[in-house]
Amino acid sequence: MTVSAQQNNAVVAELLSLHGKDRSHLITVLQDIQQHFGYLPRQAVTQLAQRTGISANEIYGVATFYAQFRFIPPGEHIIQVCQGTACHVRGSWQLLQELQQRLGIKPGQTTADGRFDLRRVACIGCCALAPVVTVDGNVHARMTPKEIALLVKQHSGKKDR
Amino acid sequence: MTALQQAFETAAQQWRQLEESKTPVFFVGAATCGRAAGAIEVIERLKNEIKKRNLQAQVIEVGCLGPCSMEPILIVHKNGAPRLCYGNVDPERISAILDRYVAGNDPCPQWALGRMTQGRIDGIGDIADHPMFRAQVRHILKRCGLIDPENVHHYLANSGYRGFLKALELGRDGTFDEVRKSGLRGRGGAGFPTWRKWQLCRQTASDIKYLICNADEGDPGAFMNRSLIESDPHSVLEGMLIAAFSIGAGEGYIYCRAEYPLALHRLETAICQMRRLGLLGSNIQGSGFSFELHIKKGAGAFVCGEETALIASIEGRRGMPRPRPPFPAVSGLWEKPTIIQNVETLANLAMILDNGAGWFVRYGSASSKGTKTFALAGKINRTGLIEVPLGISLKDVIYDIGGGVGAGKKLKGVQTGGPSGGCIPADKLDLPVDYESLTASGSMMGSGGMIALDDDTCMVDIAKYFLSFTQAESCGKCPPCRIGTRAMLEILEKIASGRGAADDMDKLGTMAQTVRDASLCGLGQTAPNPVLTTLRYFGAEYEQHIQKRQCPAFVCAALVSYHIDAERCSGCTACVKACPVEAILGERKKPHKIDQSKCIHCGVCLDTCPEAYAAIYRSSGSLTRYEQRKSGESKS
Repeated sequence: MTVSAQQNNAVVAELLSLHGKDRSHLITVLQDIQQHFGYLPRQAVTQLAQRTGISANEIYGVATFYAQFRFIPPGEHIIQVCQGTACHVRGSWQLLQELQQRLGIKPGQTTADGRFDLRRVACIGCCALAPVVTVDGNVHARMTPKEIALLVKQHSGKKDR
Repeated sequence: MTALQQAFETAAQQWRQLEESKTPVFFVGAATCGRAAGAIEVIERLKNEIKKRNLQAQVIEVGCLGPCSMEPILIVHKNGAPRLCYGNVDPERISAILDRYVAGNDPCPQWALGRMTQGRIDGIGDIADHPMFRAQVRHILKRCGLIDPENVHHYLANSGYRGFLKALELGRDGTFDEVRKSGLRGRGGAGFPTWRKWQLCRQTASDIKYLICNADEGDPGAFMNRSLIESDPHSVLEGMLIAAFSIGAGEGYIYCRAEYPLALHRLETAICQMRRLGLLGSNIQGSGFSFELHIKKGAGAFVCGEETALIASIEGRRGMPRPRPPFPAVSGLWEKPTIIQNVETLANLAMILDNGAGWFVRYGSASSKGTKTFALAGKINRTGLIEVPLGISLKDVIYDIGGGVGAGKKLKGVQTGGPSGGCIPADKLDLPVDYESLTASGSMMGSGGMIALDDDTCMVDIAKYFLSFTQAESCGKCPPCRIGTRAMLEILEKIASGRGAADDMDKLGTMAQTVRDASLCGLGQTAPNPVLTTLRYFGAEYEQHIQKRQCPAFVCAALVSYHIDAERCSGCTACVKACPVEAILGERKKPHKIDQSKCIHCGVCLDTCPEAYAAIYRSSGSLTRYEQRKSGESKS
């Protein structure tokens, strides 16, 4: 999915009028752009730079500092494997390994068919139910490699959103 | 009558109606942890069943009661009976509870955790006598799981905003004195006395001052702040009002992780409610005190838990720390005096003001006053969010509240303080949980993560895990942290993969000292703690990795190989199908074999092999470990 320049302009303009051009709102605006497009399109960053007077360099400097921001379009389903301590001691690395094998990608990548994104997440705070995995934001508790395989299968079909 | 006074009356009325309700009321714990365990399905099922049965009943979504390992949790109010709390509620249990208890007379004691209110029911004791609750003192969490976090009236009916009104009565200095007398120390980790921070800020002359609530709970393994905000958001916001009033801040920020969407939503809702009740804006409750509140979403950087990095992030910059002094209390956000306070510290304020400092100091130890919440997780039977008086022994927390480790397992240690903390060995569990004792042990209080480790946990792996976390989260500004954590991680990786050298432990120790002493901010200064404590208490385990090339916990993948015992294997092909790399060969009914050249040591076969056979065994160096066969149709 590519985003047209026009769409970019409109979104950036609207967000800036909502939050203001002040530097202190930069991260919030970037978060909203990502919320809208699923990532930070280059065009949108250029637009943002033009409209705020903050250089694109500077904006990328901020955006790349934070783990939340992405610079390529996301896959259809986003699988996040929690890497918290409780999840780690309860075997989350096995889950990650299983997913890497099954999807044929590494964390941070998208499958060739654009179906899945595999990501690590620092900790989502469901430590008491470790290990946990989220698929499109839904938390799945006490996962095993077997159940992971099932989850992947469930989401491999047609778009169900 | 003001909007707030009116709301107090409505609240009292609403709460009374709920307590005396003639029709059943169902409270479902639906914080993020409850949702992960299926609380939303429980709510849907309840609503459907109520409709189907034509029942007059209410379903109320509440926050987290704490015993996460028993979620989803349901509290049932039935007219004339004490409220009952049920654990592990699934759709079947809901139907049964509706049939047998709500419509009948059987309270289903087999599923009950306890009574929530006074009264008698055969076979169901007071929840306070439940092993998970017995040793707890719940002050901060007193409303969690019992009120609707999105209904401000529930908060108001349960002493909500009384602390703030008291603060207005006492005035700025009176409020400060009360907090000073309470001895409250910051709950974010370091334990700096709250009043001293405030004093510094109060003494600094400035027309503008800021208050920031640090809800960037980044420690992996900690979820106290998330749970509290999701379950009782106003308790934190009331604390913000009190702090802002006393230090003279006109504007406040809540810096909350984007990974906590429900907490963010609850905060937004609560702030709207405050505005409607005249608890935000100018001249609050006619006191002359004005305060505005904003939410800032964190964007995923652990270092932003550090005060100066957090400030940089709010200013829209890369979240990098700067040297202190000047301390933020003197020059912080936009170079104005700024007080940054942890979520739990703020939640304490309302109680201290409402009940008085004298009440607060009755709990806790000589130097650490009050209670503290902990996120109990890891290899322990009862996990969840707990609150205990400071000074309680670790043993009481792990064994009484947490119920110890699983059957047949041995407790190896307890990790406290997250990546900044350390591992305390099982033979030191008499240690009291207070700031000084934990620091003396080489760990620290931290924000309250407490992870139990058993003999299946490898301490080299734990050190490696935490260091890879801090290494990845190091902002890169100062070399000791940026380069030091990486160099330490490389050594740990070497040891874990069986390539450790004889002097690696010494090298690690020296590097750890350097990183600790020379790093700019708290992240780097505390990053070596997990390494230092594991070296100190579990040195023998490192030596086994280095000298014998073996991992006694069978965790370090490169040092562990998987095998099939032909005697035990029934040839069921379960592992053959499960192996992600097709490394297992074998036909049905014939013993299988693992092709070691293909095996990636993932352990899936071990989890798949039916317990009745337990045919997969692991070896590491000279060690071999078989799983125990469970009774059932064992191969004969």
